[in-house]
Order: sequence, then structure tokens, then C-alpha cells
Amino acid sequence: MTATIDDHQEGSTRRNFLYIGTGAFAAVGVGCVIWPFVDQMNPDASQKALASIEVDISSIKKGGAITVLWRGKPVFIRHRAQAEIDEANKVDITGLRDPQKDADRVKKAEWLIMVGICTHLGCVPGGQKSGDVKGDYNGWFCPCHGSHYDTSGRIRKGPAPRNLDVPEYTFLTDTLVKIG
Amino acid sequence: MGHHESNYEPKWGIAKWFDERLPVARMVSDQFIVFPTPRNLNYWWTMGMVLFFFLIIQLITGIILTMHYIPHEDMAFNSVEHIMRDVNWGWLLRNMHANGASFFFIAVYIHILRGIYYGSYKAPREVLWIVGIIIYILMMAAAFMGYVLPWGQMSFWGATVITNLFSAIPLVGDFITHWFWGAYAVSQPTLNRFLSLHYLVPMLLVAFVFIHIWALHVVGSNNPEGLSVKSSDDTLPFHPYFTMKDSFMAIVFLTIYAFFVFYMGNYMGHPDNFIRANPVVTPAHIVPEWYFLPFYAVLRAIPDKLGGVVAMFGSIMVVAALPWLDRNPIRSLRYRPWARFFFIGFVATAVLLGFLGAKPAEGWYVHASRVLTAYWFIYFLVIVPMLSKMETKNRRMPGSITDSVLGSHGAIPEGATSAPAKQ
Repeated sequence: MTATIDDHQEGSTRRNFLYIGTGAFAAVGVGCVIWPFVDQMNPDASQKALASIEVDISSIKKGGAITVLWRGKPVFIRHRAQAEIDEANKVDITGLRDPQKDADRVKKAEWLIMVGICTHLGCVPGGQKSGDVKGDYNGWFCPCHGSHYDTSGRIRKGPAPRNLDVPEYTFLTDTLVKIG
Repeated sequence: MGHHESNYEPKWGIAKWFDERLPVARMVSDQFIVFPTPRNLNYWWTMGMVLFFFLIIQLITGIILTMHYIPHEDMAFNSVEHIMRDVNWGWLLRNMHANGASFFFIAVYIHILRGIYYGSYKAPREVLWIVGIIIYILMMAAAFMGYVLPWGQMSFWGATVITNLFSAIPLVGDFITHWFWGAYAVSQPTLNRFLSLHYLVPMLLVAFVFIHIWALHVVGSNNPEGLSVKSSDDTLPFHPYFTMKDSFMAIVFLTIYAFFVFYMGNYMGHPDNFIRANPVVTPAHIVPEWYFLPFYAVLRAIPDKLGGVVAMFGSIMVVAALPWLDRNPIRSLRYRPWARFFFIGFVATAVLLGFLGAKPAEGWYVHASRVLTAYWFIYFLVIVPMLSKMETKNRRMPGSITDSVLGSHGAIPEGATSAPAKQ
């Protein structure tokens, strides 16, 4: 009698173990199979291969700017005039939404390099060309939902949560910059 | 499906043989010919059939357009012009598809407002309502991705703004948007997968429409009086009474639709979409298609990125929650004058938000959008629940659907309210 009960209990725990173990293996297996179906949508090797570009900046005059395409995104390269640098340095950053000193956003004060995509919903702000609307802070203005950026590309007014992003870049020479 | 007894009698031997093996003819007879339908349905009840017509039109024209369209960032724009100019009847098929989407939404908005006005979301139709909201969300997904395919400026920047909504999600936002794009910006992989998903969503739509009709046929149609069906006097067979009424409205819709297709094919489009997508230049003023404008106005009314996105999705979710926000047993607003007053305010709000969504986000437009967005949420979250408790006995209702049709009014009878359906 006792033996039967013991057998039964032993059998039941063994069964429970196998049951849970099988279930766990099945769950891991399903997860492993699903992952390729999900991950295939991530940026692929050819997209990642576009990760860096080299730009010749020798032709950009003081006060001028160019827009280059990096990873499918526009990158603003601006050769800032002294007045713009001074204006950016004058700002008291404690009151900003995304406080950042101008010096922390540039490697060389006269070259401002940033991703030209509004941090709100991804439009390209105007302000690169001389005729563009530059917004209340003389920098860039996003027409989609009205974000104003200053001469350092910092968000000053409007719905955008962050300053314009600064990509990784290095000056290979004085006139050649590598972005990415 | 349905609770009524089947009275289908196969007439021929082969029909009987088939009926014993796969009773398709019996199902059609029970559900779409003799199906008992409230005799007092008005024309607001005809949108279901209109929507079914437009779903079929979109499926057929969409399958054909895909035979000629090229989902490549360098060729998509030109392939659409190729459809418009070179492909035999391509202009007709594309105009049908593009305008069909708009008419699909016109019909679905009438359909949804009908449901709200006559309390069609109330017990026992809550599941029917939720399935309807799922269909509406799928429609929006299909319409959004379809609009991206021509790869004009408005396609591209609409896609950019809408997919960037997901970047508002804390922590994982950027990861999700990059996964969705298959790149670091909207580009070739995004376009390619949007075609695939634009083709997938209609299949889901067909499945959910089937479930919607199934749920409808379990509980039966609501009606303008909001009364439950109590006897066979209250109903008429679906065919020919309602097939004819529905077909008439479908013809009215198709006539207006044909006018747009043949004479003003681009009226509901945007001129910027005749400019090929340019990833470095954003148009000065971007707007979504008209059917998204109220939600776009809500998005822009909130001066905070995450807050705007939450409010936009929330404005649809409160509609989905209606069966639980409004527990008033009287279904039809015919018998709830206060609820009707605020409902008209809600319709006006939706229309005005649509108007503001098309305007630039500046000056008084923004302030007006904020006031109206507030009303949208106050209507669903405060006014509707309050009236649900307060306005429970008001007007005299007819004793039954038959009484309402024949004009004898009495006190609120038993069974006039939204008790769960009896088996």
C-alpha cells in the first residue's frame, strides 16, 4: 500500500519534471525560431556598410553650409561665422530643455556638424540656405511642428525633446572630415 | 451563427447530398436570405454593405496595381506614373484604388457614428464593437502604408513623421524605429516591406470582417429605437428587404465615387505627392490624408513628444472603451436628449479637429486644437459616464419595434433596455 503511494508520488514528480522540462525546451525552441523572422527586419549588412563617409569641406565658405547624406540621413556641416559662435556661447544653458555647452557640441568651434533631423518626428529643419527661415534663434526651424534651434543646433522652442544629434566624426585633415 | 431555426430545404438531390456534407447553401440561406432583421432599420444601417463593396473594390484593384508597381526607391515614383500613362486602363484602376480608400473611410466614419448614436456598442454587442475598432485600426494601417507606396514627397515625409511616433517610446524607441525602417532612415527597405505589409493587412481585414459579421449574426442588428427584438413581428427577412435597401445606398455611394474617379481623381490627394521623394528636403507644410486629420490635430495639440503620441492613440482607445464608459440601459439617443446634445458636440469637435489638422501648427489653430482635444477626452471620460448614471429615465419609449413602426407609444417596457441577449 505504502509502496504504491510512493511509486505514484515518484511517478508524478518525474512526470511533472518531464512536462515542465519539455515545455521549457519547446518555449526556447519557438523563441529561437521566431528570432530570425523578427531580426530580418533590422538594418541589414548593406545598410551598416554605409556607416561612414568622408567629406571634403574645403569649399565651404565662412557662414556657408552643406548637407551630405549619411546612412540615408542628412548631415548638416556648417562653417560658422564668429558672430554665430559668440551667440551660441552667450546662452545661459541652465534654462535650456537639453542643456549643453556649445563647446561640447563641436570639435572645432567654426565647424558645426550635426544630423539634420528634427528630434521631434524626423523632418529636416530649414536654415541651411541663406533664404531659409531660420527660426527665432537664428539657427534652424522645423516646418512640420514648429521647433526652433539656435546657432549651436540646440532646441530652444517647440515640441522637440532634444538638441540636434551630433554624429561621431573626426577631422582626418583640416579639410577632410570622416563622419561615422 | 445566429439563434433562429434553420428553415432551409434543399430542393434537388445534389443539394441535399451536399447539405449533408458541407452546408454552405444552408449557411447562406440562414444568414443572408431569411436572416431576421429589425424591420425599422433606417439608411444609417446601410453602411455595412457599402463597406463590403469598397473592401472588394480595394482588393481587386490592389492586386492588379501590384502587377505593375515597382517597390524600389529609384523606380516606385515612375512606376506609378507608368501605371497612370502607359498601362491599359491603369489610370482608372489607380484612381479607383486611391479614391476607394477615401470612400472606405467616409463609409466607416458614418458607420461608427451610427453605432455611437444608436448605442450599438452596448450589451450584448461589446465584442462586435471591439472587433469593429480592430477593423478600423487595420484600415488605418493599410491606408497609411498604401499612401507611402507612390514615393512622392508627402508619402515620404508622412511615413517619416508617422514612423517616428514610435521613437517617442522611452528607452527602446530608436531601436523599434530602426527595426521598422530596416535602415537608419525611411528608405528602400522601408518601401519594400510597406508593400508586403500593405498586401498583408487586407487579408487580416477580410478575416476580421468575417468575425465582425459572425458576431453581428449571433446577437442580431441593433435598430434606431434601440429596442431588442421580441417577436417575429419585429423582423423582416434580410432578403429582399435589406439587400435592396443596402444596394440602393451602395449605388448612391458608387455614383458619387464614380464622379471622383472619372472627373477629380486627384482631388483628395496632395500636390506635393507629384514631387518625387527627397530625403533631404521636407515640404514646408506636411499633412496626412484627410481621414487622419483629427488625430493629427490631437498629436500636435500637445506640446510634448511622448504626450502627443499618447494622446493620439488614446483618442482612439476611448472610443473602443465606450461599452464600459456608457452603461446607460437606454441604447438609442432618440430617447436621451442630453446625450444627444453632447454627441452633436462630439461630432462637431471631430470635424473641427479635422479642419485644424490641415492648418499649420501656429497661432490660434494650436489653441483651438487644445480646447477641442480636451473636449474629445472630456466627452468620453466625463460626460458619457456621468450621463450614463443620470439620464436613465427620460422619454417614453415605444413598447416594441412593431409599436414604434405602427406608432403606439407606451412606458419603457421590459426588454427595451440592453440586457444581455437571452439564449
